[in-house]
Amino acid sequence: MSERKLRVLVGKPGLDGHDRGAKIIARAFRDAGFEVIYTGLHQTPEQIVAAAIQEDVDCVGLSILSGAHNTLLPRVCELFREKQAEDIIVFGGGVIPDDDIPGLKTAGVKEVFTPGTSTEDIVAWVRVNVIPRA
Amino acid sequence: MALAERILAGDVRAAARLMRDIDDGFKSAVEELKVLYPHTGNAFIIGITGPPGAGKSTLVDQITAAYRRRSKRVGIVAIDPTSPFTGGAILGDRIRMNRHAEDDGVFIRSLATRGHLGGLSRSTGDVVNVMDAMGMDVVIIETVGVGQDEIDIVRMAHTTAVVMVPGLGDDIQAIKAGILEIGDVFVVNKADRDDADRTARELAAMLEMNPDKDREWQPKVLKTEASRNRGIEELVNEIEAHRSYLHHSGAIRRLLEEKNTRLFLELLKERLFAEVYGHIHVNGKFREIVDGLVNRKQDPYSAVEAILAEKFGGVKN
Ligand code: B12
Ligand SMILES: Nc1nc2c(ncn2[C@@H]2O[C@H](COP(=O)(O)OP(=O)(O)OP(=O)(O)O)[C@@H](O)[C@H]2O)c(=O)[nH]1
Ligand SMILES: [Mg+2]
Repeated sequence: MSERKLRVLVGKPGLDGHDRGAKIIARAFRDAGFEVIYTGLHQTPEQIVAAAIQEDVDCVGLSILSGAHNTLLPRVCELFREKQAEDIIVFGGGVIPDDDIPGLKTAGVKEVFTPGTSTEDIVAWVRVNVIPRA
Repeated sequence: MALAERILAGDVRAAARLMRDIDDGFKSAVEELKVLYPHTGNAFIIGITGPPGAGKSTLVDQITAAYRRRSKRVGIVAIDPTSPFTGGAILGDRIRMNRHAEDDGVFIRSLATRGHLGGLSRSTGDVVNVMDAMGMDVVIIETVGVGQDEIDIVRMAHTTAVVMVPGLGDDIQAIKAGILEIGDVFVVNKADRDDADRTARELAAMLEMNPDKDREWQPKVLKTEASRNRGIEELVNEIEAHRSYLHHSGAIRRLLEEKNTRLFLELLKERLFAEVYGHIHVNGKFREIVDGLVNRKQDPYSAVEAILAEKFGGVKN
């Protein structure tokens, strides 16, 4: 049987225009051998979830530096549940205060990476925590 | 329920999953495709090709919107290159098409070339079949940004639009006949730029000189400004004109014959090779033959004949 290639969607929900981090992460994932669907700026949670389903990704990585993470990230998780697609793992990064992280995890976000995290660490986390679905 | 049945019942996740199985080369996908096959053959397949950054994705987005206004369901297959160094890929065509993400009448799938040459992925044809079976009226394929030789699209699409941009300048002379021969419609996008008229004129002149110019269908050169939705209706009308030409002239018959012949031969070649290669690999003959060739104890011609004889019984020439 052939091997699965890991597919990940990298997106920027909301009105946040900071895309340097997202682009760096997308490139790091490509260099790790993943197929990255990069959907660019200004996505609604609905668009992200629809795209993730059509692209059959294993996980969705969202970048938020604007401060709107507490609404946007839980909303994405909620929509995946509504679509019975909660097997698609949600994780994220950006300027997110440590105090907010436990709440995000309760909402379904599997991990949060804040500024200064090395891309190697992030790729290593994905390799361990995201197993392409059979 | 098997994937194929779920797809026919309208399950989007099942369709997305089968496309993945196809792309990842799962044997089970072939069984599902067999079930879907009787439900295919209805979609009109449009190819959009041209150099990197010409505006292909932006055009696909606008063409999709135009077909949605005509109440047609649209599937999109957007192909980007796999990095030969890492095997990874950044698939960014969707960026231009996000507004259709939530539209149930549109399904977008990004594919990586995964080492396949020719401007498409190996999986493209089968992924198009899945969209066809899903009931898409139109399937648009965006090739990777191509140079001159990646012209597989012409065998996959009913109508191929070649997208150019102004400012190719004298380089337009360098465009090989290949790309001129595959276009059923030529688009000079970014018509807001200086030189658009000149590029369009030069392109038209080159088409005039094309040795093929006596063919029944004369490709036109159209100008568009995809980012501002200009010239799109005209382009879609021209694409539709080509589609009716295919049907009225009977050219569709020739096209389908070429396409299916090729498809069948490629599959046959692939399967035959896999069979024979698998066979000699397992029974150790492969190693033996290579050693024999290296020592010059055996010639490759006899080696192939011996293997074929063993596998199929006395096949010679
Ligand atoms: C560069 C920058 C800009 C640039 C952005 C350029 C661009 N195209 O990205 C410009 C100048 C345009 C800009 C504008 C603004 N900015 Co600014 N900007 C920054 C700055 C200095 C650095 C951000 C950056 O690029 N870092 C480098 C990248 C690589 O790091 P990163 O994104 O954090 O990513 C890392 C991790 O967070 C994580 N990560 C990030 N995303 C993801 C995603 C996934 C999936 C994963 C796994 C990991 C991950 O991994 C990365 C590697 O470690 C930050 C301050 C800071 N120190 O963060 C402020 C900052 C983000 N900006 C801020 C603000 C307020 C603005 C403006 C509103 C300012 C204004 N008043 O006009 C505008 C808004 C722009 C907009 N439209 O949204 C605030 C946000 C405040 C908040 N969150 O509450 C910050 C925090 C500055 C501050 N301390 O006030 N900004
Ligand atoms: N000025 C101008 N820019 C355009 C036009 N159409 C598209 N663009 C811009 O050209 C850039 C490339 O557009 P894409 O649609 O991504 O081009 P593409 O051919 O799909 O690119 P690849 O898939 O990377 O080969 C984007 O910044 C578009 O906004 C146009 O008509 N005029
Ligand atoms: Mg594109």
